[in-house]
Amino acid sequence: MNHTETGVPLFEVKDLRVSFGRSETQLEAVRGISLTVNNGEVLGIVGESGSGKSIGMLAALGLQPETATVSGSVRFKGKELVGLSRRELRKLRGSRVAMIFQDPLSSLNPVMTIGAQITEALQLHNDQLSNKAALERAEELLKLVAIPQPDRRLSQYPHEFSGGMRQRVMIAMAVANDPDLLIADEPTTALDVTVQAQIMEVLADLQERLNLGLILITHDLGVLAGHADRVAVVYAGQIVEQASIDDLFAAPSHPYTRGLIASIPDMTADRERLFSIEGMPPALGRLPVGCAFHPRCPMCQEVCRTTAPLFRGNQKHEAACHFAELAEGGR
Amino acid sequence: MALLPRPKGPRWLSLPLGIGLMVVVFWLLATLLAPQMTSYDPMDMVARRLQPPSWQHFLGTDALGRDVFTRTLYGARHSLPIAVIVVCLSLTVGAFLGAISGFLGGVADNAIMRLVDITLSFPPMLLAMAVAAGLGPGLGNAAIAMVIVWWPVYARLMRAQVLEVREREHVEAAVAAGASRPRILLKHILPLCWTPVLISATMDLGQVILLAASLSFIGLGATPPTPEWGSMISEGAAQFYSWWVAFGPGAAILTIVLGFNFIGDALHDHFDPRSK
Repeated sequence: MNHTETGVPLFEVKDLRVSFGRSETQLEAVRGISLTVNNGEVLGIVGESGSGKSIGMLAALGLQPETATVSGSVRFKGKELVGLSRRELRKLRGSRVAMIFQDPLSSLNPVMTIGAQITEALQLHNDQLSNKAALERAEELLKLVAIPQPDRRLSQYPHEFSGGMRQRVMIAMAVANDPDLLIADEPTTALDVTVQAQIMEVLADLQERLNLGLILITHDLGVLAGHADRVAVVYAGQIVEQASIDDLFAAPSHPYTRGLIASIPDMTADRERLFSIEGMPPALGRLPVGCAFHPRCPMCQEVCRTTAPLFRGNQKHEAACHFAELAEGGR
Repeated sequence: MALLPRPKGPRWLSLPLGIGLMVVVFWLLATLLAPQMTSYDPMDMVARRLQPPSWQHFLGTDALGRDVFTRTLYGARHSLPIAVIVVCLSLTVGAFLGAISGFLGGVADNAIMRLVDITLSFPPMLLAMAVAAGLGPGLGNAAIAMVIVWWPVYARLMRAQVLEVREREHVEAAVAAGASRPRILLKHILPLCWTPVLISATMDLGQVILLAASLSFIGLGATPPTPEWGSMISEGAAQFYSWWVAFGPGAAILTIVLGFNFIGDALHDHFDPRSK
């Protein structure tokens, strides 16, 4: 963590809000997210589909849909990104900050060879790079993500690659320009389980070797175990709990987090039914008053229905629940 | 892989495609080699007027004693190039404006699409007639009129394609990789948009030949004595009892339109198997 040397964290998001629509019917998908990532740190962001975890990170890089309004502050190495010109953002994206998307099957241009796509990624941020040098570097990158026969693979098209291989290519393209921060948006969701493990290994290996800051967005807590340093749990557009991965699993403070952990299937337990959190996540326009989670919360009290909880706990482990301390006790 | 036995021979070579190709190749040859395919000159009065078909004159002679078969062959020299030029120009203009429209959206999109709506709200024949009449007779002017009528079709198609492709994830990935907007349009969107536009252009070749002939028929395209199919039919219409005068150019138009449609259909089936 060399941010201590400069005092500036690699990536700092403060009170990020993303909303859609015009003033009266405005719907907030992200309702004030704050988080930091330091050099070489892996932050996991967990939440259900539609909780705002992906759109929040996209918006942080200026990749939100045109209909969205973004407010708050996103700083990358101390530089404010919200409101930055398209040109400036473009220079940053793909070079200093890279992104990996969920579906490797559709994230590659179907009519360009793999080699052409990787060299494009390289040359976009380096005009002087010759075609030959770029191809050499592309081959090196494919080797880096453990794709066999990289020289032959370069002249092939995406449809000649399997899902896992395509995600490797996406990773190779993402790290092509030696970024400082990598945002992986559900990198393994579209892949089957055995391939998931391989891709996570490739990612973890690269993260360590290149000392990347990595934001791992997922809905699967299991993916984060063993890979993330810290975890932020997102519910209904807000972070409800943030802690180191060990603390989170050992002592989850927010009832939602505990629900998520309990939902991981346990092969040793002799249970007929799998655990699931009751109810559905709230629709954007109909957020409950008070704590957004209270209609589904097993510990819901009167106060939860009226007052939105503030963060409790310390810098290392905080949770937005009125009963965070109580909850810490038992699981 | 195939679970059902396939018919023998290459799958793309179906009967209609074969016929279409043969017809179109025949007319292409006529365009290039008309002087070698007949011993008469299209402008010469070579025999007595209104002779029925015979071994000397396969399709008889017209009201001025010119050989109809010869004139029909030479007619391809006017119709085919005009059709190709009109479709190419319309395609260029239409695809360019359509791509801009779909990619930029907003004001540009609105302006272009309203222009398209206005153009398409006229019956194509009527608008082409009006423009051609305004410009004066002549095949060149007729071609300009037809481009004005035809480009909106491609603009719409192209816009629809761009709108669909721009939402695909690889485009988002290219944005996230820091590609500029012109680059994204040219390298990541347009290459995936051409197929339906080109298929439609193939089919339109026949339609444009038909429209050009129609304009000539009413005297707004080629002027006599040019051996153009439309104006030849118009001459034939005056000689109602000498059916062969209009038969030659009529059959020419019929076969070539059919030929282009067969080819277009085959391309369509080949590239878009879902719509079979």
